[in-house]
Amino acid sequence: MDMSRKTRIKDMRYEDFNDNEYLEKYVEELRRGGTNVVVAKINDIINWGRSNSVWPLTFATSCCGIEFMSMSAARYDFARFGWEVYRNSPRQADILMVFGTVVHKMAPVLKRLYDQMAEPKYVMAIGACAIGGGPFKSSYHVVMGVDKIIPVDVFVPGCPPRPDAILYGMMQLERKIKVQNFFKLPQQPEVKEEVPDIAKESYNHEREVNQ
Amino acid sequence: MKEKLINRFDWLTEADVVMSDGRLTIAVEPAKLREIARFIKECGYDFLVDIVGIDYGDDLGTIYYIAKGSDTADTIALQTKSDNRENPVLPTICDIWEVGQVYEREVHDFFGIVFTDNPDLRRLFLRERWKGFPLRKDYDADPAINPIPDRNELFIDMDALPEMESDEDGEGRTWKMMYDDNDYIINFGPQHPAMHGVLHLRVRLDGEIVRTVDPHFGYIHRGIEKMCESYTYPQILHLTDRLDYLSGAINRHAFCLCCEKAMQIEVPQRAVVVRTIFDELTRIASHLLGWGSMCMDMGAVTAFIYGMRDREKIMDIFEETAGGRLMVNYHTIGGVAKDIHPNFRRRVKEFIPYMRKMLKEHHMLFTGNPIATGRMDGVGRLSLEKAIALGITGPSGRASGWANDLRKAAPYAAYDRVDFEQVLRSGGETFDRYVIRLHEIEQSLRIIEQLIDNIPEGPYTAQVKGVIKLPEGDYFQRVENARGQFGVHITSRGDKNPYRVKFRSPSMVLVGALKEIAPGNKVADLIMLGGSLDYVIPCIDR
Ligand code: SF4
Repeated sequence: MDMSRKTRIKDMRYEDFNDNEYLEKYVEELRRGGTNVVVAKINDIINWGRSNSVWPLTFATSCCGIEFMSMSAARYDFARFGWEVYRNSPRQADILMVFGTVVHKMAPVLKRLYDQMAEPKYVMAIGACAIGGGPFKSSYHVVMGVDKIIPVDVFVPGCPPRPDAILYGMMQLERKIKVQNFFKLPQQPEVKEEVPDIAKESYNHEREVNQ
Repeated sequence: MKEKLINRFDWLTEADVVMSDGRLTIAVEPAKLREIARFIKECGYDFLVDIVGIDYGDDLGTIYYIAKGSDTADTIALQTKSDNRENPVLPTICDIWEVGQVYEREVHDFFGIVFTDNPDLRRLFLRERWKGFPLRKDYDADPAINPIPDRNELFIDMDALPEMESDEDGEGRTWKMMYDDNDYIINFGPQHPAMHGVLHLRVRLDGEIVRTVDPHFGYIHRGIEKMCESYTYPQILHLTDRLDYLSGAINRHAFCLCCEKAMQIEVPQRAVVVRTIFDELTRIASHLLGWGSMCMDMGAVTAFIYGMRDREKIMDIFEETAGGRLMVNYHTIGGVAKDIHPNFRRRVKEFIPYMRKMLKEHHMLFTGNPIATGRMDGVGRLSLEKAIALGITGPSGRASGWANDLRKAAPYAAYDRVDFEQVLRSGGETFDRYVIRLHEIEQSLRIIEQLIDNIPEGPYTAQVKGVIKLPEGDYFQRVENARGQFGVHITSRGDKNPYRVKFRSPSMVLVGALKEIAPGNKVADLIMLGGSLDYVIPCIDR
């Protein structure tokens, strides 16, 4: 099917988006091997539903989170796109939106939340900090970009990005979802959740802290 | 005060007690610290503003800023040093000023100084297994030493809590249990939607009743203070906005004022007035968001949407003049970055009556709502004495009746020429903390109203040299941000980078207040209490 019709979102035209080459290349890759016509139709219907009800898991650590609040409030109102059901449990969320700086102490938490999300899942890195450390590039405690820890689908630059920019990023993700083949989603590596062995890890304070 | 001190302590000489930067600075030996601290407290200095740790190269030292509770502008600085870099030990002052406990923990985390008799010296921001003390000058920032952890670390309190013995020098740690096996402990955060940021609370429950609250910080510790040491002064300005992003402009103002004071720059009147207007607009925006999210914590999502709606008006004004919405990046050392937009006056003037009308609506919708007041009344009382002992400044402190507004006590910028009231309440309960924010918005509107028609003509910034160097010395400047007294301490050695920068975060002590007021309440109220204190976590963690 014609890409521009397939990836249509409201009255945004195909040419209004940047990075269309990425999407075209992506589609080409996905199409390799061909698809059954019936399956393709069902696929389109499923993707139509999926892309219009993306439920975000909020992971707002700092300043960018305020712009997320603005986005969810009346003026920018992301409910127009069907994304307003933000979930506070990773098990119910489709997309992990990382707003703000991720630091060493937070990194395992982020990784764990991502692992707990159900497939298919997506990640958006929003703001300079989440993309690559941002203004804290020279800090000793900041993770220089969440893509060091988890795979990222969409990056939204800015410090902080305007709510419009975040909406645009969300639309890009929506387009990506629309062209995917639901029955052959890209495989994610399997994760085993480790349960720490408290007895083994239990601190020997005298040694550890006094060093 | 100086005579009083010298008369009382015969070992104090004239050289130890000097007036600098408008305050008395006293240098003492560690062994004499407690003695003099007690005396200072007796003289009415009962508000410990901050403890600044400094690595002088050979010595590790601390500076204590202490103010009078009855007049928060009156400050004394107490300095002490330890020359032992391996095992630096200083006496604690946390039994004299209660809030000292958490400040000492912070200094311990960053410099490795051990405070004898401080009951809880866990690391505050960094994880327990972090190697090295980052704010020491010889800290090795090699990422190989402290790699990004791939799994959560167990908390030290799962086992026991270190306790210091005073008679041995730093070696003798005994361990006491913090929780026992029968305690029911739940974790709030670090990633909890109602936690206003990435705060982690370990809450001990008895059924539904909160028994103790133990906050864990550091989930957004970005190392700003260390970064400042390698940045030039104009570069640092960008970081101050990102501390307490809801009062970004005000924090930046503090840093600018501190540098201007040190360099003795005369700021043009136009800039002074415009800065003040910006600060007050920021305060309104912050209070609106604080109000909205507190109501949301109580289940009223409508209030949040209303607050954000009004806030957008301010964002528009900012954007037009400064180009940024949330991060305005507008104040600079010597003035402001750009002249105001031709529409600025008109927009602000339109905003004032609009906001007044909306305030009425907010009161009608929520303040008078019996369900809301029923929930807030009589919950979470913070007494005046506790507020001072814990250093709870800002609206939360004023709700307990503590007159601590620096805009009145030590007027900076254009606050001395405007007429406004310092809103005080006496209850110290959740409702007081709630309603005081709305009243402060009214006062801020009053300030803006008086200034907006009187913006003087003239240049918007002073002539400042390309490379900014501060003369050698310690500088401390506080301003009143939307959460309380925000302080900037700069130690300069005359270079283009500061030697040490420390920010006093008003939010850090607010979390301390939560420890005080939450026990005895229900878990559901814990969230509301947090909302009523309105802390911003990145400001705590820095
Ligand atoms: S990108 Fe900028 S606004 Fe966003 S979290 Fe980082 S510093 Fe804050």
